[in-house]
Amino acid sequence: MLDKTIKQKLVVIGNGMAGIRTVEALLERAPDLYDISVFGAEPYGNYNRILLSPVLAGEKTVDDIILNTEQWYADNQITLHQGETVTMIDRRTCEVVTEQGERYPYDRLLIATGSNPIVLPVPGAALPGVIGFRDIKDVEHMVEASTQHRHAVVIGGGLLGLEAANGLMKRGMKVTVVHLLDTLMERQLDPVAGGMLRKSLEERGLEFKMPAQTQTILGETHVSGVRFTDGTEVAADLVVMAVGIRPNIELAKKAGLHCERGIVVSDTMQTYDGRIYAVGECVQHRRQTYGLVAPLFDQAKVCANHLAMKGFATYDGSVVSTKLKVTGIDLFSAGDFAPGPDKEEIVLQDANRGVYKRIILRDKKIVGTVLYGDTIDGPWYFQHMRDGTDVSHMRERLVFGSAHLGDGGHGGQNSIAAMSDDAEICGCNGVCKGAIVQAISEKKLFTLDDVRAHTKASSSCGSCTGLVEQVLAFTLGGDYSAAPKVKPVCACTDHSHDDVRRVIVEQQLKSIPDVMRFMDWKTPNGCHSCRPALNYYLLATWPGEYRDDQQSRFINERVHANIQKDGTYSVVPRMWGGVTTPSELRAIADVADKFNIPTVKVTGGQRIDLLGVKKEDLPAVWADLNEAGMVSGHAYAKGLRTVKTCVGSEWCRFGTQDSTGLGIKIEKFMWGSWTPAKVKLAVSGCPRNCAESTCKDVGVICVDSGYEIHFAGAAGLHIKGTEFLTKTATEDEALEIIVALTQLYREQGWYLERMYKWCDRVGFDNIHKQVVDDVTNRKALFERFAYSQQFSQSDPWAARARRGVDRNEFTPMAELELA
Amino acid sequence: MTPWFQVGPLDDIPHLGSRVVRTPRGNIAVFRTDGDEVFALDDRCPHKQGPLSQGIVHGRRVTCPLHNFVIELATGQAVAPDQGCTPSYPAKVEDGVVWLSLQQTAAA
Repeated sequence: MLDKTIKQKLVVIGNGMAGIRTVEALLERAPDLYDISVFGAEPYGNYNRILLSPVLAGEKTVDDIILNTEQWYADNQITLHQGETVTMIDRRTCEVVTEQGERYPYDRLLIATGSNPIVLPVPGAALPGVIGFRDIKDVEHMVEASTQHRHAVVIGGGLLGLEAANGLMKRGMKVTVVHLLDTLMERQLDPVAGGMLRKSLEERGLEFKMPAQTQTILGETHVSGVRFTDGTEVAADLVVMAVGIRPNIELAKKAGLHCERGIVVSDTMQTYDGRIYAVGECVQHRRQTYGLVAPLFDQAKVCANHLAMKGFATYDGSVVSTKLKVTGIDLFSAGDFAPGPDKEEIVLQDANRGVYKRIILRDKKIVGTVLYGDTIDGPWYFQHMRDGTDVSHMRERLVFGSAHLGDGGHGGQNSIAAMSDDAEICGCNGVCKGAIVQAISEKKLFTLDDVRAHTKASSSCGSCTGLVEQVLAFTLGGDYSAAPKVKPVCACTDHSHDDVRRVIVEQQLKSIPDVMRFMDWKTPNGCHSCRPALNYYLLATWPGEYRDDQQSRFINERVHANIQKDGTYSVVPRMWGGVTTPSELRAIADVADKFNIPTVKVTGGQRIDLLGVKKEDLPAVWADLNEAGMVSGHAYAKGLRTVKTCVGSEWCRFGTQDSTGLGIKIEKFMWGSWTPAKVKLAVSGCPRNCAESTCKDVGVICVDSGYEIHFAGAAGLHIKGTEFLTKTATEDEALEIIVALTQLYREQGWYLERMYKWCDRVGFDNIHKQVVDDVTNRKALFERFAYSQQFSQSDPWAARARRGVDRNEFTPMAELELA
Repeated sequence: MTPWFQVGPLDDIPHLGSRVVRTPRGNIAVFRTDGDEVFALDDRCPHKQGPLSQGIVHGRRVTCPLHNFVIELATGQAVAPDQGCTPSYPAKVEDGVVWLSLQQTAAA
């Protein structure tokens, strides 16, 4: 047992982002376990090193990028040894020794010493005026030089070198970038994109000397120029070496820890001495070293987990992407894009427009991406790359990106670099680019979820997610969303939707508390995200057996009407196939008059919406509508909504089949069914497609010889045409396939995942096989749907209007007269 | 002394649910947790005045049905990073009956 009064001692060497992120994560998990002390060589609190470039460019100040103030260390009872350098680790006595000869004992040691800039071994490298680009001191040096001198040379045409050059140029210096190879950023870019980048940087005023190898740095008491191996010289008052970084492993090496390029660590971030952990740029994990922030954060999480003695997490390496933080240049790169015999490439190049996209595939999967000029789809490609999605089905459209281009709400913008600070990015919540950038800097945000929580940007409809990710990447220099491959349902659990669905079936779990107990939910009764999901999964898995939990349903599904901004509701009666009658219309008019319903509106799904109904009036409104033969239209449901139709062969001179009749038949069969997200159908009587079938979840196009069935379309947040599933000769066959398809979606879809996203995830071929090719399976799916319908096809309005179900819901509990 | 008003039997409020009490000063939402605690808040989210009584109750919190603001039942405070506070009122259960006071709890 641990004695509370004598805590274990954790010593952290390195006061940088990796070390402190680990400490933060540790404090979240086990706040009282350790007595923590941190040694940092720099005289600052922890700061955001990736934002040094904007500081250099004069877009931010040093204060802007401090992540943890001294107060933070004090608040968390962390002893900060600022400016004290650890010179030795005594593993025998478990102590660290500082420059001053002080010894501090540890029970656990965390090495987070980061990396050092590589200094080229050329004559003159030690002259005053020759620096690296690594810390605040270097930036201060450069800023000062820019006020006194004119000529700067940056050696290194990689990410860091270009950002340094851009910053110095913005500070008024004349800058020459020297690069050993003939492609800029060759680790991230291919020659074409590298050339485009060079051209646009030249237009901004940078000069390049490449390929060129530095031979000598010239100068007597201060640098005065650079000479190259070809004999040419360039004058310089400041030389910045940005040729790369080298893991800082001196200390670890001296202590006898196994090191190669970096300190070698296991999947639990432990070195060969189990008491000693290491994270960040100083480590080597599975032969890889990392110089970007996202992997450090992944490592920090795993390391903190172990330090907190919850040792189950492992670090499996990271896939990283890169952005260049130079204002006005859009560039995105991720993965492996070196040509190879087993790789295929898809390239789009439009030099005049300044757009270049290259996608590298191996084995039907994206393994690398280089984007220049138009990077809106960077995160989308990156997601597919990390997920290892089979992209063969979307191959022909792949290079054009996701449906983002068709998305509305952000003025058709698809490049954030050119956007001004007051440009609106999130049209739902009115969030501008400037506000997002400010929140990222001021509130020290790193992930998409952070940004959503703090600014609300992309937290409603999500169509601007790509843009917000870009702002994030642009501000921070990489993709920090780093969403884990398997997304948990919500913060209440680590389990994914698939896990939950599988376990419900395997373990025969039949209530929400059972699922939560069995799957170790972290909260006592979930949250507004997971409870409705679990309720749906149980309902879809155990039809007739599971009792629907009303308190786990969103209000609209609980009261069978749509809540409006003022707390009133809207009521939409079903109109089968969009067909109505004079008596129904009269009844609707009467209801609107009787209950003073302020707005009557025709919907996009071919029915009529009564808006502004008071909650307590709902049962009476429903009773009157029921009286005229109308039932709930489920316009509020994650379930079957409408079947839109055109008039078809009954009236239309072009109609090939009775599309209205088929639509009604489908709607009568499928109404009342619950699905992962809403399902909208349409039936068009000919290929003129007046019912707009090709942007629905399921759409039928009648042709002379039968019925084409299309599915997985969308016309909301995303615009997506449907996929052609199959063609049938008869109505009955069409119905069977549509029902089987919907049932498969009900069984596989994640809660709130629309059909087109489900199709994207599980693959068209897979669905086609189960619904079209395998007839036995299709019939079984159909039967399961039909079975569950006997429990769901009763009008919820009638139950409430006539039989008093949920009466409490619609009346106040009490009315107090007194003030 | 704060006057207490009897508003009805506890069982009239579903577990993890809420009911509205009408008062001359506006609607008050009375919540019941899984553990039969009761809390009372103004039935207005500090964000855009959404009716909190219509939200999903989880733990000792409620999620506003309009824009998913999460509000602490005990204090009316929005859960960070959201900001704002809804007035709260003392509520208690005695012998299966819910009592409510209209004396606003001092804002935190």
